[in-house]
Amino acid sequence: MSGMSRIVKTITNVAFPFVMIYGLYVIAHGHLTPGGGFQGGAVVASGLAMILVAYGSIWVVGKVKEKHLSVLESLGAIGFISLAFFGILLVYLYSSFEGTFFSNFLIGQDTIPIFNEIGKGLANINTAGIIPLMNFAVGLKVIAGLFVIVLVMAYSTRIKEGK
Amino acid sequence: MSGRNFAAIIFFAIVAVFLVFSALMMHPFGEFDEEHYPEMDQYIIDNTQNETGADNGVTGVVFDYRGFDTLGEATVLFTAVAGVIILFRRLKK
Amino acid sequence: MIYNIPYIAVVALIMIGLYAVVFKRNLIKIVIGILLIENGVNLFLITLAFRQDSIAPIYRGTGSRLMSLPVPHALTLTSIVIGVAVLALMLSLIIHIYRHYGTLDARKIGREEE
Repeated sequence: MSGMSRIVKTITNVAFPFVMIYGLYVIAHGHLTPGGGFQGGAVVASGLAMILVAYGSIWVVGKVKEKHLSVLESLGAIGFISLAFFGILLVYLYSSFEGTFFSNFLIGQDTIPIFNEIGKGLANINTAGIIPLMNFAVGLKVIAGLFVIVLVMAYSTRIKEGK
Repeated sequence: MSGRNFAAIIFFAIVAVFLVFSALMMHPFGEFDEEHYPEMDQYIIDNTQNETGADNGVTGVVFDYRGFDTLGEATVLFTAVAGVIILFRRLKK
Repeated sequence: MIYNIPYIAVVALIMIGLYAVVFKRNLIKIVIGILLIENGVNLFLITLAFRQDSIAPIYRGTGSRLMSLPVPHALTLTSIVIGVAVLALMLSLIIHIYRHYGTLDARKIGREEE
């Protein structure tokens, strides 16, 4: 597949920013509204798959290599696990914390003034401790993972159909 | 041909009978009596706003109460991506 | 009896999927059957999570109402992501099988060509 017609490309150009913004909104508000890292990541990855269908896999591979996407996915996984281990680390640095593996160490303290409030209702994005950060890490992982699956499968099955 | 089909039909019939009877004998949809009261879920609903700070109860469960589950899920996704890339490694050019 | 309709829908999904897995010979149809079974299991978990007159377990400002159970929702989320991963691996293996054997019939692959 080497791209579709001009109508499809134009409609994709119009619809692509809205899909991206909606997916990133779902990721960023994962602790307040329905959604989260996995769902928002799936929305963003489907938008990228729309680009892949409209412009063809050869054009997309010319823009972004799957090696870089794999690095991005590993970065998301490392961020997630290091956030999980950070609760243990903070016990040794500050004696006032009580942390275990996967403990929500940012909630209910005043040392680090970010994400440390308890959520009461919508529009309070500065809440819920490490849950938004974990949402971003998992969202990055899901975006890169799903897009690299679709990209590799589309680019590898191109050969027989092209010739 | 016929022997294999016969065994498949017997297996399918047994599983279908068990599934239909278990569906008819479930508790009524949406009702919980005193014996099967969901204590753990009620605790999570009551305390998720004060313990995790999240308004969304499902996100509180996924990333805080059951973080190990999410860690295993991320591992499964990573393994699937690695498997797909390895399977299409030689077909690249 | 009328309250068991969601469970009957679950059983119908699982039985259609099981029929496709057991009786069909095309690998793509077998994969579709596996996905139908998985969707039936997801629907079963969501059905178990529902309480009468309940809303989704999300706090919206003040006021508290009866909420449905959050733990089956989280397990369903895990199950969906694992299903996507397994689907990607199955389709990749099917592409390789088709390239190697030239067919998708489950009873012809794996045998030597005589």
